[in-house]
Amino acid sequence: MGDDILSYNGGVALAMKGKECVAIACDKRYGVQNRTIATNFTKIFQYSDHCFVAFCGLATDVQTVSERLKFRTNLYELREQRKLKPVVLYNMLTNLLYERRFGPYFVFALVVGLDPKTGETYVYDSDNVGAVSDNVNLATVGTASEYIFGLGELFFKPNMNSDELFEATSQALLNGVDRDSASGWGAVVYVIEKDKITVRELKGRQD
Amino acid sequence: MSERYGFSLTTFSPSGKLVQIEYALNAVNAGSPAVGIKASNGVVLATEKKSKSLLHDDRTIHKVESVCKNMGLVYSGMGPDYRLLVQKARKLAQEYMLVYEENVPPTQLVKRIADVMQEYTQSGGVRPFGVSLLICGYDYDEDRPFLYQCDPSGSYFPWKATAIGRNFVNGKTFLEKRYSDQLALEDAVHTAILTLKESFEGQMTEDNIEIGICDKEGFRRLTPAEVKDYLAQIG
Repeated sequence: MGDDILSYNGGVALAMKGKECVAIACDKRYGVQNRTIATNFTKIFQYSDHCFVAFCGLATDVQTVSERLKFRTNLYELREQRKLKPVVLYNMLTNLLYERRFGPYFVFALVVGLDPKTGETYVYDSDNVGAVSDNVNLATVGTASEYIFGLGELFFKPNMNSDELFEATSQALLNGVDRDSASGWGAVVYVIEKDKITVRELKGRQD
Repeated sequence: MSERYGFSLTTFSPSGKLVQIEYALNAVNAGSPAVGIKASNGVVLATEKKSKSLLHDDRTIHKVESVCKNMGLVYSGMGPDYRLLVQKARKLAQEYMLVYEENVPPTQLVKRIADVMQEYTQSGGVRPFGVSLLICGYDYDEDRPFLYQCDPSGSYFPWKATAIGRNFVNGKTFLEKRYSDQLALEDAVHTAILTLKESFEGQMTEDNIEIGICDKEGFRRLTPAEVKDYLAQIG
């Protein structure tokens, strides 16, 4: 911890792809350095029927960036009279972050989405100044991201169905946060499929 | 330039009209005719491009211009005002692309262009644009073509088919009889040429008209050779 801004509040998020489904998960801890303040601070936000974003980093920026993005997406939907597509949402977010290139927000983001017609899956990540990534199978952000990356790579298989995807995502997240004092205290997992979105709360080690 | 004047030059008359806009529309109606027709699978824009002198090298100046991959413009009225709007429209389309990584949908670009035109009816020290635009585009989300008209006032109208400029009333009457929803792009090009012919003085050649088409593949201006083929088919 110390004075590293990105680990001041702690927290972690993970996103994984399956076959015509995507999962995004985060922990629920809100802390100030080594003090845990709350255990209901989820970092995942919904922006369209099948588009979700997770923000990890400084808690105030998690809140502000998610709200400012919502501002922009609300106006987009009103102006264009259509719902956001994952690629468009991703680019709006990276644009928002880059606007503050020389005085940036301290959040790293994950964007996941699904095209309900074609079943095409999208998982992207971004650093805090809007660097774009490719559409990847697995992405993590946060203080425990390295631990979860390792586990995620282990549990990931291509073309998993929604149940397998849920298991892989949950196990990677729960076991990864156990190695990090700044993350944990429960988790939330969203599994997004063409016709439904399932939200599950996980109880892990409460420490 | 316009910072010196803090007040608008376009003000209301007692009858509630903005006379400057009326005058701008007069400038449009005195301009050379332009036609737009929306077919089932695309849009065609056509305009008369008569040069005032035999010495003009008219293959280098264009009236039908593309704005981005999927949209094109044509006008009636003042050429220089049109040039400015083309530049602004192109920049607006790219700004959209930069933020959303998506081709701008026609409805969105039309709104933005119309807002620019409206600005010039209210801002200090400027006059309205002396052009009406016909804007065509293909919307990839809705998978269909669009045709819009943008006026100096900033109003915009979606059309199935329309004519602007000189003799536009006759042009629209002609189109009302000829238009059908089942028109394919090929037929629409023929109809557009025939509509222009109604008000054309003299012989129509591939050098004194310009045609642009927009379909799913995008917008492009027809080459003089292609225009010649269409003219030959009409005979």
